Amino acid sequence: MTIPAQSDPTTRTNSTISRLFARLISLIIRRSARLLTGARSVWLGCAPEMKQRIYYANHTSHIDFILLWSSLPKAIRRQTRPIAASDYWLKDGFRRFLIQDTFSGVTIKRQREHHEDPLQPVKDVLQEGYSIIFFPEGTRNLNDDIELLEFKSGLYHLSQTFPEVEVVPVWISNLKRVMPKGAFIPLPLLSSVIFGCPLQVSSALDKAHFLSLAQDELLKLKQAEYQ
Amino acid sequence: MMAHNLYQTYLLFAIFAGVLLISSSIGFVLKHRAGTQASPVIDNLNARINAWWIMLIVLATAILLGKIAFIVLFGLISLFALREFISLLPTRRGDYFPLLISFYFMIPYQYYLVYTDWYGLYSIFIPLYAFLLIPIASLKQEDTKHFLERSAKIQWGLMICVFCVSYVPALLNLNLIHFHGDKIWLAMWLIMVVQASDVLQYVCGKLFGKHKVAPILSPSKTIEGLIGGVILASALGVAMKWLTPFNLWQAAAIGLVVCIFGFFGGLVMSAIKRDRGVKDWGQLIQGHGGMLDRIDSVCFSAPIFFHILRYWWT
Repeated sequence: MTIPAQSDPTTRTNSTISRLFARLISLIIRRSARLLTGARSVWLGCAPEMKQRIYYANHTSHIDFILLWSSLPKAIRRQTRPIAASDYWLKDGFRRFLIQDTFSGVTIKRQREHHEDPLQPVKDVLQEGYSIIFFPEGTRNLNDDIELLEFKSGLYHLSQTFPEVEVVPVWISNLKRVMPKGAFIPLPLLSSVIFGCPLQVSSALDKAHFLSLAQDELLKLKQAEYQ
Repeated sequence: MMAHNLYQTYLLFAIFAGVLLISSSIGFVLKHRAGTQASPVIDNLNARINAWWIMLIVLATAILLGKIAFIVLFGLISLFALREFISLLPTRRGDYFPLLISFYFMIPYQYYLVYTDWYGLYSIFIPLYAFLLIPIASLKQEDTKHFLERSAKIQWGLMICVFCVSYVPALLNLNLIHFHGDKIWLAMWLIMVVQASDVLQYVCGKLFGKHKVAPILSPSKTIEGLIGGVILASALGVAMKWLTPFNLWQAAAIGLVVCIFGFFGGLVMSAIKRDRGVKDWGQLIQGHGGMLDRIDSVCFSAPIFFHILRYWWT
């Protein structure tokens, strides 16, 4: 695996002051997210290693990638880019600053436009050797009675294009209750980030089977929440 | 605190530190004897003792800083306890608003009322006003699923984690007759007797335990442990009666009452945990579990202790 250089010129602003400011904001946000939720990271099926990985997680709130991202040790975090929807995160300058400069995220379009591949920016960063944080449900699951929405096919295509990259399920518990839709003030409830075993994928697996395997493995981690 | 009383408070903490020092030494010797052999019981014992050191230091700091620090400390304990309680019991989106006011308004306000010594309101604020406000606040989302159950859970959490816990600092408000010691001693006597009862039940159970009290509710509690722990802790209460306005028999009887309520408190909280299929409320305190695992017995005994004092000694 090739480790990309520390400073990545594609998205980050070049000015030192702005970079320091972004780092400070990132530190404050990570610390407060961890303080608020009791920050429990459980490495159940794998260890935090310097390997190229696709971390995929359940999506219930805008802050869940922050919690997952802050669960990673610093060196790994620097090599891991969250994937976020451009229609939300590029809406105004502040959000753009947050996602691009502080979280070094990659934004993608949820819908296909003009025959271009919406996953292309994701494939580019994987090509560069970064790990990614990916939410295969595509949108936030706001329903109290459904644990996990049907996965979109993106995860399957990424795993097909990059078969050597480990695909790791990550269950994020309780965030739906910490920050429900329309909430401005988060509740100080406990939340856990649980990392599972990398998926054992054979290339023969078709799309439907791959996606259902990925969903099952993710839901299995829910059992570990209170252990 | 008067100079003379302060001296005795220091003495009290010196005694606790001495007990912990002996425990730590025993733990160290046991660990040393076990050698390279891994022993989860000894490791857990040492983790518990280390956590006790931290709890003692935090409590001592708050007590020496004065009334406000002591109230703030118990406010924080309530916050951590309620957070564990609500995290374990599923709520729905419709509960966001009642939870928001529970965490950010009811906890601070209850302790503010304790601070201002408005007994008429802090004694009914959560049992009455929160009881009415919680279901009203849940209405907004028009989610009727498990409505009564959800309101009841939040109300119960507030009662145990906030209302009952706030009775510990409320002890500072009592003006007792024939008592010239420091008011903080009453809280220290209560915490000491109840926590000693927990520890001694554990120790007696490990040494002599054969018959289980409630095998389903709490597999680790035994009759031998219960009797030994409660009697020894009440005896400790008698030995420390100079902290209270009690005579010998009063100290023994009240010690017994708070220990028994503490014991049942542990069982009740354990029943809730079993129902949710977990062993501990959280992972906050190394070796002990969560905040609620440590304070469950105090939750049940503090209001009883307060009202016994208020009824017969003021």
